[in-house]
Amino acid sequence: MDLSSINPVLLIASIMVSATPILLAAIGELVVEKSGVLNLGVEGMMITGAVVGFAVAVSNTSPGLGFVGAALAGALLSLPFALLTQYLMSNQVATGLGLMMVGLGLSSLIGKPYEGMKAPPFPKVEIPLLSDLPIFGRMLFSHDIMVYFSVALVVAVWAFLKYTRAGLILRAVGEAHDSAHALGYKVRHIRILAILFGGACAGLGGAYLSLVRVPQWTEGMTAGAGWIALAIVVFASWRPGRVAVGAYLFGGVSVLQLNLQAAGADVPVALLSASPYLITILVLVIISARGAHAAPASLGRPFHASH
Amino acid sequence: MNDVLLGLEGLTKAYPGVVANDDVSFDIREGEIHALLGENGAGKSTLVKMIYGLVKPDSGTMTLRGAAFEPAEPRAARAAGVAMVFQHFSLFDALSVAENVALGMENPPKPRDLARQIREVSETYGLPLDPGRTVGTLSAGERQRVEIIRCLLQDPKLLIMDEPTSVLTPQEVEILFETLRKLASEGTAILYISHKLEEIRSLCDHATILRLGKKVATCTPAEASARELAEMMVGASFETPQKADRPLGEVMLDVRGLSLPAPGAFGTPLREISFQVRAGEVLGLGGVAGNGQDELLAALSGERTTGADVIRLRDQPIGNMGPTERRALGVLSGPEERLGHAAAPDMSLVENAVLTGADRMGLLSGGFINWPKSKGFAEDVIRTFDVRTPGSGTAARALSGGNLQKFVIGREVLQSPEVLIVNQPTWGVDAAAAAAIRQALLNLAANGAALVVISQDLDELMEVSDRFGALNEGRLSDLRPVDGLTVEEIGLMMGGAHDMEVAHVDA
Repeated sequence: MDLSSINPVLLIASIMVSATPILLAAIGELVVEKSGVLNLGVEGMMITGAVVGFAVAVSNTSPGLGFVGAALAGALLSLPFALLTQYLMSNQVATGLGLMMVGLGLSSLIGKPYEGMKAPPFPKVEIPLLSDLPIFGRMLFSHDIMVYFSVALVVAVWAFLKYTRAGLILRAVGEAHDSAHALGYKVRHIRILAILFGGACAGLGGAYLSLVRVPQWTEGMTAGAGWIALAIVVFASWRPGRVAVGAYLFGGVSVLQLNLQAAGADVPVALLSASPYLITILVLVIISARGAHAAPASLGRPFHASH
Repeated sequence: MNDVLLGLEGLTKAYPGVVANDDVSFDIREGEIHALLGENGAGKSTLVKMIYGLVKPDSGTMTLRGAAFEPAEPRAARAAGVAMVFQHFSLFDALSVAENVALGMENPPKPRDLARQIREVSETYGLPLDPGRTVGTLSAGERQRVEIIRCLLQDPKLLIMDEPTSVLTPQEVEILFETLRKLASEGTAILYISHKLEEIRSLCDHATILRLGKKVATCTPAEASARELAEMMVGASFETPQKADRPLGEVMLDVRGLSLPAPGAFGTPLREISFQVRAGEVLGLGGVAGNGQDELLAALSGERTTGADVIRLRDQPIGNMGPTERRALGVLSGPEERLGHAAAPDMSLVENAVLTGADRMGLLSGGFINWPKSKGFAEDVIRTFDVRTPGSGTAARALSGGNLQKFVIGREVLQSPEVLIVNQPTWGVDAAAAAAIRQALLNLAANGAALVVISQDLDELMEVSDRFGALNEGRLSDLRPVDGLTVEEIGLMMGGAHDMEVAHVDA
């Protein structure tokens, strides 16, 4: 095994790229669950975002437009889920699973003509001074805009939930929808907005896979990233900071195990491939084992205004 | 101060199949405490929901200080100066006191200013409260303070209170009344909803009585007796339950040193509870909600097991037995929550009858359910306890709260238990039906059963029990004979006034 073939600067840089899709999807789902809705369709919205983002980017040779298209597609796909669960009181788990299946099927249909194509290049942002720093410049400050956007989004969601009135209302709706209704807050509207936000975030995460990470379209390319995002939200005890830790941990171990495979580490390949999933879950379980779990109390419960 | 603050004129609201309010008109004057009285289902809630903008009337008008008042949503009502203290459903357990208060305000100030204002108002009105505490950790009385302070911070002209005293000790009630009288003397009108007649007689200036959605009377409560008020509410006279003199038999239920950890984050641990109940005796257990009532019922019914010797039935250890085994031995129970605990909401009354009565009523044969016999048992309960339902095949959810309560209590009573433990047996049941249920419990005791009645209704406990004890933070007070017990003594047994003080602003 030749560990010297692993370059730590490149390793960290690729960890950030690898974690971004999951981070985007997870922070979106966190907002959805904070409002009291469990949307299990993250995987489906991600992969739809991946294919639509890819298609839009290729047709217009503009990755930027691709991301916009992906966010819209993710939100659009989550809209039927929102209407079914909020107005027609359908079961959130079953509807979410259905949404995932629809997303997977729809994406292979849309993606057929785009197989084997290459995504237009997505430029890296050069930050004056910071990008020129030795080592750190290369490691942290020479990424594309979406990497920074995802980190900023986590901070924004954290601040929104903690410091703004709208964030307080969102948490209140997820905590006790009957109380929120009695005080005159529009539980359904708030939840639908949260679901759409979650859909848009999942779409962005998917597009990051097909436009930057891979970068091409292959069927089923999300490969469970949406499920990992869901698990991260739960094990992160619905806290934005921990969601970021979880996503980077998963991204980190995924990249590291690929490097170890390439370096010929004396560990079964199957175990290495499984390691990101195992280690992420393990670490988050240990984090969440102490202290309160603080699941939103109304999570997954249908709300009916007449009760 | 005799100007009309809020005028209601011909308010009508119908839901499919039921007219909740039918042509209701009355006036609330500035600075008066106005009682709204009625049985469950009389339309009190619908009426206040219309005033608070949660429900739109089908017809009729409201005026606030002479101007038309049509709140489209609670926000509009709050902006107009109407505030409401809810009975349930308006607090958020996982949020802090300050956040809970902020959610009920239109334009909350910055968090630091809000915390200061909460402290100021809570000191002025003798309702101490720490703005940073998580609401889920507060006692019921403290939770109510959160609601009251939330309203007071908005400087309301009309304060609506929906059954505010159901969770308070007598001392806390007295302090609440002082606060309300002070508010009224400062010009705030209060619409006070309750079915506790003595409270209304001591507190309120006027009373409007609703029955089946219609206004049946307006009176000055201090000039009417509680019984007259009750009969106006029910529309008929009814029998007061009679306690028969009966000899006490052997010790049936013996609980020694029952301690259990809290079942969840917001539950109450049981600490060293010991008592004995004899055959023919009714032990009444009072206490403010959330002081271990649910947990004690779970331990006695077998939902949570303990060491075998902790609970004994006729000297036989039963502490480690589950509910089914205890039922077979004659220890039956009726929990507080009707839907989802005492009854399965989407199952029919027959099915619900089988769920607890299968063994004792012999409704099973060879592991199969004997449906004709089960139906007979369910219909027996329906007939004996006057349960108003289209039939025994109706889903439990479809029954009104009071009727379902009659069914779940009747179901246990007819199984002729040796020991019966009930929690809130007449919660939400109208006065006549409540009297019938209490009589059934007394008859059971007269026939030699031992009863443990857990309730928040002190009048009920005084009526049925021989001895009284109070639960406070999972501990049981000393047990005292009911005869000669005063309200003050009971209040002290219940833990007194949890660091509340009388309002000390000069009126």
